[in-house]
Amino acid sequence: MDLLRFTTAGSVDDGKSTLIGRLLFDTKSIFEDQLEAVAGASRRLGEDRINLALLTDGLRAEREQKITIDVAYRYFATPRRKFIIADTPGHEQYTRNMITGASTADLAVVLVDATRGVLTQSRRHAFITSLLGIPHMVVAINKMDLVGYAQSVFDDIVRDFGLFAAKLTVKDITYIPISALEGDNVVDPSSRMPWYQGGPLLSRLETVTGNARRNTIDFRFPVQCVIRPNQDFRGFAGTPVSGSVSAGDDIVVLPSGLATRIKTIDTPNGATTRATSGEAVILTTTDEIDIARGDMIVRRKNLPTVARQLDAYLCWMDGTDLAVGRPYLLAHTTRRVQAVVTGIDYRVNVDTLHRDPAKTLAMNEIGRVEITAADSICFDSYRLNSATGSFVLIDPATNATVAAGMLRGEAQEDVVVAAPDSGSPSTAKVSAGVTWQDWNIPREVREAQQGHQAAVVWLTGMSGAGKTTIARAIERRLFAEGRRTMLLDGDQIRHGLCGDLGFSAADRAENIRRTGEVARLFFEQGAIVLCAFVSPYAVDRSRARGLMPEGRFVEVFVRADLETLRSRDPKGLYARASEGQLDQFTGVSAPYEEPSSPELTIDTRVTSADAAAELVIAHLRELGVIGHQRG
Amino acid sequence: MNRSLSGHLPLLESEAVYVLREVAAQFERPVLLFSGGKDSIVVAWLARKAFAPGPVPFPLLHIDTGHNFPETLDFRDRFASQMHCTLVVRRVQDSIDQGRVQEETGLSASRNVLQTTTLLDAIRELNLDAAVGGARRDEEKARAKERIFSHRDAFGQWDPRNQRPELWNLYNGRRNPGEHFRVFPLSNWTELDIWQYIDAEDIPLPTLYFAHRREVVARAGVLLARTDHIRLQPDDSVSVRTVRFRTVGDATCTGAVESGAATVADIIRETAAARLAERGGRADDQRSDTAMEDRKRQGYF
Repeated sequence: MDLLRFTTAGSVDDGKSTLIGRLLFDTKSIFEDQLEAVAGASRRLGEDRINLALLTDGLRAEREQKITIDVAYRYFATPRRKFIIADTPGHEQYTRNMITGASTADLAVVLVDATRGVLTQSRRHAFITSLLGIPHMVVAINKMDLVGYAQSVFDDIVRDFGLFAAKLTVKDITYIPISALEGDNVVDPSSRMPWYQGGPLLSRLETVTGNARRNTIDFRFPVQCVIRPNQDFRGFAGTPVSGSVSAGDDIVVLPSGLATRIKTIDTPNGATTRATSGEAVILTTTDEIDIARGDMIVRRKNLPTVARQLDAYLCWMDGTDLAVGRPYLLAHTTRRVQAVVTGIDYRVNVDTLHRDPAKTLAMNEIGRVEITAADSICFDSYRLNSATGSFVLIDPATNATVAAGMLRGEAQEDVVVAAPDSGSPSTAKVSAGVTWQDWNIPREVREAQQGHQAAVVWLTGMSGAGKTTIARAIERRLFAEGRRTMLLDGDQIRHGLCGDLGFSAADRAENIRRTGEVARLFFEQGAIVLCAFVSPYAVDRSRARGLMPEGRFVEVFVRADLETLRSRDPKGLYARASEGQLDQFTGVSAPYEEPSSPELTIDTRVTSADAAAELVIAHLRELGVIGHQRG
Repeated sequence: MNRSLSGHLPLLESEAVYVLREVAAQFERPVLLFSGGKDSIVVAWLARKAFAPGPVPFPLLHIDTGHNFPETLDFRDRFASQMHCTLVVRRVQDSIDQGRVQEETGLSASRNVLQTTTLLDAIRELNLDAAVGGARRDEEKARAKERIFSHRDAFGQWDPRNQRPELWNLYNGRRNPGEHFRVFPLSNWTELDIWQYIDAEDIPLPTLYFAHRREVVARAGVLLARTDHIRLQPDDSVSVRTVRFRTVGDATCTGAVESGAATVADIIRETAAARLAERGGRADDQRSDTAMEDRKRQGYF
């Protein structure tokens, strides 16, 4: 594509507007009458030559204060390329505008004033360039005319800047000594700096690879709107933000998980067989399934992360500070969900890149945060896919856009567990999510091959309630149907994997944590995993639930009153517990927290194990985990 | 993406289509501001393409100053019916008759500023929440700073110092009752892009854009068409010349340029070589350095 979007950043008076004016002027992109108007304005401001900055400083307040206060977009073209410049202001209070301009840029020109060297603002701009994933950076060392075009000044600045930039992720940095005022090395090579061997700024802009940000591999199609002119046509309008898709491809609609196939692809200019990123198209599918704005269509074999717990960098852009715990509206692709910032890991000191503890983020501050959304979003990390890794937060009270966010991944959930030694609670980082891309063969592919989905059925209840009996009945039925299954129960796990654990609350928590992880491994292998565990604490069960995608964790409360349990007592445990021989026996000498909203509750006084198994299997069919019984 | 379009035009087309679809998705009662000029024609053209095979999901709204070139009005009605769009017209004359605005007097009297009141009245009357326009950022300094989704308060005013940040392609169209948005799908297009697109797509245009013989009045370096709406002054020089218009607005303030460009291809060649800005012939912009910003703040197009 012969289009390059670039942004310019620098401190106050570094000469950004002059540089852009110079680029426009020397590429003959300025009309005579515009130049005359600027010449007249320059004279009225008492300047002795044409002030090129006035070409871009558009707003009245800017012209009066001679500073740029907002992002201005400028356009020019050379025979090689069309350019869109986002001219962004340098003062600290308007950093949000730089982020705005940088969000769509392929390249950033960071200005450094040769007379002042690398300032706090220069570092801030370099950091934002890196944070926003702009692939190319040009450091334009300006006002070389004021330092006698001295190579030593240039070299010192290159060294200082390089020391800071080494901590950033921008790999491609070019340094160019210029004078925007005099026109050295902007459009034309300068004869006054023979020691500089590189080309002028414009030749860099003309030759750098454009559109390098676009991810061409992972097909992601956020649905914008549904086009339904009549009964016969139902199309989904949108633009693939990355990757490509062809007619006939197998697709999945997220977050519903419904699968179908691409039937047709229409463009504003007629039907086609393939749509690639950036092309506005309308897709139709072979099956009539429910698809709406905010859904994302992806390939069945290449899925994004679907999650509610998010780990992100957040740039705060509003005069009112971030309020942790308050609901905001999160706008991500075409999806809008309620979201709460649940915690701030740290605030980045953009001058030193140190991580400072913080309770809030104020205007222009950048931090790493954890966010919980009310509904799942489908995303990739910003580093891999800026289109599906970016979001903004909107304040529902003012409707203002208050923050820009870049997703790193799914949040690591803070879970309070008791430390084994001290017995006092400590905080451990436990992975709360499933990162599907991590698996060599994704679960969805295994599911497609085997013809049913994976799920975890978690049976909880007191000892002797009938959990294992029911689980065994379920598994035998599923196996007979040809389903892939696995059964985990307390005895089995405690004999091996958890042989080192006792029955304290902390050990029980660890026991269930390990079980949850094992269940997840079998789940990822495509199995319907039946877990029969007392698992008395709600928090432990809820953590296991959090490991699986929504709709794939079925909590079954197997209930029986204590009297019944005592009368059953197959292992004689209740008798021993009552005699005080067993410490921490659930229901007698240790608590059991009943599930508050299990998917199913089975009372084994009135329901047989076989009937219970039928109930669970019916529920799995209802969820779509398994289809109708195979004939 | 149109594969017959070359260079960066497919990107611009897709971006505009994306923006128009966002309008349909985010607003309840949008309208497309239609002047009969080439930019609003291109927006309507893109809207037709964005929603095909469905209809354009919003009507066209024309604010008629009463000082239009008759060619523009003929074209407007024909084009709207070709595009299968509903056309709504609101007239500055009605605003004057109702005492909402007062006609300007004096030499350079124009109804250009008065349109703002008629437009804002129409937005209130029709309870619109979005007005899509054909403005481009390359036209004028103040427009260079405008967002693609540009918020207007309950008085229709633009606050350039307090615009919502607009990042990636995430457009925030949330508003309170009474507020509305101006949306500009052509923000990133230049005049040359527009002409190249018109050429590639073979889009019909009013004849005013092409060279024709016409009686013109030379005044303060601007050639104005001689119409009933212009009061001749003693030192005006009237002559018949071969001219065309680069913008089609109010006949009292839209300047013609001397040109022999009779086809779109001629115009592209002329535009590529032009040394005068497109709006350079707009007497309304030359009232002061910040004339556009001042009008935009008050709710102008």
